[in-house]
Amino acid sequence: MDYSFTLLIVLLPLAGFALLGLFHDRLKPMVAGTLGTLNLLIITLLSYYTAFSYFTQGNGESGYTAIKAFNVLWLSFTDSLQIQLGILLDPLSVMMLVVITTVSLMVHIYSLGYMKGEKGFQRYYAFLSLFTFSMLGLVVATNIFQMYIFWELVGVSSYLLIGFYYERPSAVAASKKAFIVTRFADLGFLLGILLLSFYTHTFDFTTLTSMDGVAISNPPTAIFLGMSVTTWAMLLIFMGGAGKSAMFPLHIWLPDAMEGPTPVSALIHAATMVVAGVYLVARLFPVYALSSPDSLEVIAYVGSFTSLFAAIIACTQLDIKRVLAFSTLSQIGYMMVALGVSGYGGEEGLGYMAALFHLFTHAFFKALLFLGAGSVIHAVHSNLMTDMGGLRKFMPITHITFLIACLTIAGIPPLSGFFSKDEILVAAFEHNKIIFAVQWLVAGITAFYMFRLYFNIFWNRTPHFHHTPHESPALMTFPLLFLAIASVLAGFVPFHELVTSDGKAFHTALHWMIAIPSVLIAFVGIGVAALFYLKPNILPEKMTHSMKGMYSLVYHKFYIDELYLFITHQLIFNFISRPVAWFDRQIVDGTMNFIGEATVYGSNVINKMQSGHIQWYIWFFTSGVLLLAFLLLYLN
Amino acid sequence: MNPLLLLLFIPILTMAGIVIVTDLKWVRVISAIGMSAQLLFSFVLLYWFYQQRGAGNTDPMLFVSSTMWYESFNIQWKFGIDGISMAMILLTSIVTFAGIFVSWQVENLQKEFFISLILLATGVYGFFISIDLFTMFLFYEVAVIPMYLLIGIWGTGPKEYSAMKLTLMLMGGSALLLVGMLGIYFNSAPEGGQLTFDLLEIKRVGIPLSAQLFFFPFTFIGFGVLGALFPFHTWSPDGHASAPTAVSMLHAGVLMKLGGYGAFRVAMYLMPEAAHELAWIFIILTSISVVYGAFGAIWQKDLKYINAYSSVSHCGLVLFALLMMNETATTGAILQMISHGLMTALFFALIGMIYGRTHTRMIHEMGGLMKVIPFLSVLYVIAGLASLGLPGLSGFVAEMTIFVGAFQHSDTFHRIATIVAISSIVITAVYILRVVGTLLLGPLKNDHYLHLQDATWFEKVGGVTLVIAIAAIGMAPLWLSNLIREPLTAILQTLTN
Amino acid sequence: MNLQAEIPLHYMIVLSTLLFFIGLVGVLIRRNLITMLMGIELMLNAVNINFVAFNHYLYPHRLEGHFFALIVMAIAAAEAAIAIALIINIYRKFSTVNVDDVDELKY
Repeated sequence: MDYSFTLLIVLLPLAGFALLGLFHDRLKPMVAGTLGTLNLLIITLLSYYTAFSYFTQGNGESGYTAIKAFNVLWLSFTDSLQIQLGILLDPLSVMMLVVITTVSLMVHIYSLGYMKGEKGFQRYYAFLSLFTFSMLGLVVATNIFQMYIFWELVGVSSYLLIGFYYERPSAVAASKKAFIVTRFADLGFLLGILLLSFYTHTFDFTTLTSMDGVAISNPPTAIFLGMSVTTWAMLLIFMGGAGKSAMFPLHIWLPDAMEGPTPVSALIHAATMVVAGVYLVARLFPVYALSSPDSLEVIAYVGSFTSLFAAIIACTQLDIKRVLAFSTLSQIGYMMVALGVSGYGGEEGLGYMAALFHLFTHAFFKALLFLGAGSVIHAVHSNLMTDMGGLRKFMPITHITFLIACLTIAGIPPLSGFFSKDEILVAAFEHNKIIFAVQWLVAGITAFYMFRLYFNIFWNRTPHFHHTPHESPALMTFPLLFLAIASVLAGFVPFHELVTSDGKAFHTALHWMIAIPSVLIAFVGIGVAALFYLKPNILPEKMTHSMKGMYSLVYHKFYIDELYLFITHQLIFNFISRPVAWFDRQIVDGTMNFIGEATVYGSNVINKMQSGHIQWYIWFFTSGVLLLAFLLLYLN
Repeated sequence: MNPLLLLLFIPILTMAGIVIVTDLKWVRVISAIGMSAQLLFSFVLLYWFYQQRGAGNTDPMLFVSSTMWYESFNIQWKFGIDGISMAMILLTSIVTFAGIFVSWQVENLQKEFFISLILLATGVYGFFISIDLFTMFLFYEVAVIPMYLLIGIWGTGPKEYSAMKLTLMLMGGSALLLVGMLGIYFNSAPEGGQLTFDLLEIKRVGIPLSAQLFFFPFTFIGFGVLGALFPFHTWSPDGHASAPTAVSMLHAGVLMKLGGYGAFRVAMYLMPEAAHELAWIFIILTSISVVYGAFGAIWQKDLKYINAYSSVSHCGLVLFALLMMNETATTGAILQMISHGLMTALFFALIGMIYGRTHTRMIHEMGGLMKVIPFLSVLYVIAGLASLGLPGLSGFVAEMTIFVGAFQHSDTFHRIATIVAISSIVITAVYILRVVGTLLLGPLKNDHYLHLQDATWFEKVGGVTLVIAIAAIGMAPLWLSNLIREPLTAILQTLTN
Repeated sequence: MNLQAEIPLHYMIVLSTLLFFIGLVGVLIRRNLITMLMGIELMLNAVNINFVAFNHYLYPHRLEGHFFALIVMAIAAAEAAIAIALIINIYRKFSTVNVDDVDELKY
């Protein structure tokens, strides 16, 4: 079947961006919003159609095959290293198309209500289109350099959207931070790409991941600083992914990125862009698994640590969006763990499947959480949970959908989060018991902080509101309902038949020995949260008092931000940049000026000799003549 | 007649036209018409160029013609272009065109200003089309000398100091260059016979290695001074800071490219063996240049200084890539020259426009300009994004080509130098975003700015031309990359052997 | 004539050298422009003595030395006339004939 129509999926958002961007001041806000949303509706339908026909087309002997729907030479470096822009359809990218367009469409619709009346409404929709374009371009990339191109583009769209309220200094700072931190990670990504392509002579994913490609059949074994260059390359590439997916220690930008409008956080910083790192590792998974298992090990530990670390911080935050941001970190950590513990092929590849399954379900329930939080913020005009409480009476739809999302992320059966998290735990259990234990514990903490959030918003004490909160308009509640349904049902998608490490289906079933304890600990988490936060009481206060130092350490996110601030401001600005500027002005330029001044001084000295006193001139003249005469006479 | 001569005649005619008319309005109109014609002609020339190549003409240089002008030293007016010079000509005409529009409202002595500006451009065109060393040097001086007047008369701040410094340093470079050039000349016929300044002829004969080793540093540093090679770059911040807008544009956009182009066309092309032997010294210097310029830019507070240091960093990358001496990196170097030329011209144009409105260039004294002058601010953001290498804009294409090219050397020395150079992409992001954040975003700092006018039509013409060029290269780079690469294959075969 | 026998050439040279250096010292150390001019005349005359003496002792049958002496005299006369004119003008402008006060030429 001919998939060249998929080109439209990528080009339509670009056209939308161009149209809305160029004519943003000529279009009425609602016209621009509606145009953007309709455009996205078409794209969504197209990608559903693509997914439908791709997956129903059948799973042959060798599993799903990758199809290059489109490919054009964009820039050629050498005969073998060429950047192509193209569209690669395989289970992974098709699944991502569905996720991205769905969430993006919901965010588009939701924003019609949420952003109504904001200054720069048209600009907002233009940026959303730009982001959608970049993200779609990223997932359909046929080669790693195309991915890098769109990787940078999503970075910049994220920058633009975080800084949407550009008159707010905190938003400006947050956008700058997000860009620079991810840029730093991208430096690693770029070096990784260069290193990998130098040895394998290709950027193309299909060639890189094919079993007889150089990267797998004959990985370069040159050693650099005690590690093989393959491991170096794969770790550097993972560094890029870790930056985008906000893995420790490159996570610091994500909580601050919540300065952007809430729907943006739902789209970019929860469902799509931040999982690009997971997508990247998944894309190159055969290379990771078969040529460089060491780097997979690193990924597993980084993911595991991040998920624990972020979950702990999430328990103390008061800003509801920040809680969600840390929860995102934690959940992406899960995905990374799943990839890290996975093997390649068949049931060995359970972790791979689980990671993408979790990516899929997480996109829906996390977007739902963010949009629900947005609905709440819209109603009470505050981000802090101390300003909220008892909202279930005022906002029934938001309440119900939020509850569903919380139950999903806590992993309560039969909601989707249960299935995907279960697969991850199973994969972790089979690979590494310590990581399994950590992830199991994190499941409990997750349930705790999510329900802490839930109870604090919808139950607990009802504060005095300036004006009575009311349910959000239908434009905002429809996406909530849609995503709630998706969160409930997504777990029943037979992922092990669709998206697997080698494209072939395998059989898997619920593992009761792991499912039951994980559900139990989730219930414990919910129970503790209910005990603390369901009704106003002094238990939380007592807890924080009894662990004061610990609490403040966690509340300040382990002072990682301060550490970074110290490194950038003190070390880089004051100890590198400032001396460089000084050195340049004083030493380098000083030398040049010194040469100039020395010339002027010298000329002044010589100048003195021309005094205007004729007799001096005659003296010089006469002595010169005599000197010459003597020289001629006696030196010959 | 050789069509290339039109590239010189159109500006000369324009200057003549400006001399004749008296009215200021006509001065502008004639300059605009002349430079538009030049821009148009550059594209016609590009078309003819492709036509000739399409017809199977595989000479290294097209449109070659020569006329003897000083028989006893064998100096000729010898012109010809290949893909690289073609690309540089396009760059020059775009930047000059934008420059005329940006200086629409120059304050005093308009006539003289436009004449000097166009004279400068004429020198640049002459330089790019010459394939006779002496003529090349002549045009080089024609391009450099009006700079003194342009900065000294129309500049701002300590303009005499800056003009003098710039001119003296560039003249110092010229002196080295002259030594190198004469060295090449006197070694151009090692087996006896007629000495020559003709590049192609010298290349064919080849200069003995001992002479190469001696004269390569002279030539390379001579051009390097103009290309802001560390530590000979300090004319750049002062010069740019004092120069009027259009002059900064032309200077950073085009004139600095004479350095890179010359270093390639003369130093590396004629003395490849010496380049091989001595490359390591200059690789160290240029990779320092790249990072050093970027770090320097972080600390600056004056917009023009920031941009000048950024130019040091970007131009350092040009020379760095040339020294890698492979096809990919060299293509990247030329691309980077064009890309940097366009975006730095855009930067300086915008800085000039902002300065014209706020009368300050200190970023801390401004803030929140996005709100009052959105058009200019958006252009500034685009220029910034191009500078930090965002895909879809020209900077990315150039930098990636350079990095991939540089990465083809697998020894540790080249690897480390390359990694140092690549790390500049992060530092660039830091200083660009710092400027964008402080200058354009955030709350409006000064209420007096509320009444500021956004871009006028001529400013829009100037700015948008450059943005279109930047985006066009960034989105469809293949044609340009192929145009540049095509002559390189032959040239670099001799370089690597 | 037995002048050659009675007075050898080096007498003449010593005389002219003395005369020349008396003139030179006059030019160098006297501040009065007129005195300096007189010093110059002395130097010229020292040269004249040399010309005549050499002509007489070395080439007695030729007259170039004498002619040169005559030309020098003529030039000296012209030079004295111009110099005096200059000095008078300088005196009118600066009210002095002291050479140290007349250093405008360096500008």
